[in-house]
Amino acid sequence: MIVASLNPASYLVLSAVVFCIGTVGVLVRRNPLVMLMCVELMLNAVNLTFVTFGRMLDDISGQVIVFFVLVVAAAEVVVGLAIIVAVARRRPGATADDVSLLRG
Amino acid sequence: MVEYAVFVVSAAIVLIGAVGVVMSRQPVHAALSLVATLFGVAVLFLEQDAQLLTAVQVIVYTGAIVVLILFVIMLLGVDQEEDLSVEPLVAQRVLAGLAGLALLVSLVLVFIPVARDRAVSGQASTEAAISKTTPNVAQVGRSIFTTWIFPFEVTAGLLTIAVIGAVVMARRPESYEPLPEPEPMTDRLDGDDAEADGAEAEEVAP
Repeated sequence: MIVASLNPASYLVLSAVVFCIGTVGVLVRRNPLVMLMCVELMLNAVNLTFVTFGRMLDDISGQVIVFFVLVVAAAEVVVGLAIIVAVARRRPGATADDVSLLRG
Repeated sequence: MVEYAVFVVSAAIVLIGAVGVVMSRQPVHAALSLVATLFGVAVLFLEQDAQLLTAVQVIVYTGAIVVLILFVIMLLGVDQEEDLSVEPLVAQRVLAGLAGLALLVSLVLVFIPVARDRAVSGQASTEAAISKTTPNVAQVGRSIFTTWIFPFEVTAGLLTIAVIGAVVMARRPESYEPLPEPEPMTDRLDGDDAEADGAEAEEVAP
């Protein structure tokens, strides 16, 4: 037990800032890999919020939910990277703007 | 005092890493910045007495997910440097920045009162209170395997489906015929000419 005197608002505001940075990254960047990393940023911000609220409300479920978020994030990365590799094999250098090429 | 210093340092690392992910030109640098952010978040978990999550964060995120991303970066070529000075869509960055700022303001406006009054409902949980004596690992494990057992089973199915999906998508087709010359993506901004060239190239190829 370290101590719980730090105001939870600091954690919440930090996670809000990280979430918004991730959002702007997804909107601005065109490299699909970097977009995926920005989604990871957003997921981490949400995880931090879950842990903080769990501590505020004195409930262990906040930490349990972070586990499920981790599992979903891992699955998302695996499938996303498979799609990126499949697209890049066919069209090297494709960016998110070229996604209309995926039409069948 | 100590926890305040730890928070400030790790928050700085988290923010620098997050900005690095968005701003760096090379995907490798973005991935390394992501590692910094993930470690900072792990420290913040530890500061909030979530010891198990700290370990899982370091092992799963930085040990597995970022390594996977780095593998794919190496596979696709590390030299894909993106020129960030060109803005392909008009006013894209300004609008994205405004949207991010609006999101930030609304989130902070929600979070500050919530944190001041300690909760949305003002009530501490009585269902699964964090024990001061039971170890964190034991508590989380008991909660997962009792209260959350059904979601836990569902995630097993999700992981299986994800693995199968990744194998199916990354597999090369069995009757593998050589692809036509990949059309360069660099001149796509020229508009219709590039489109027409690409269509022609595909017709000519065997």
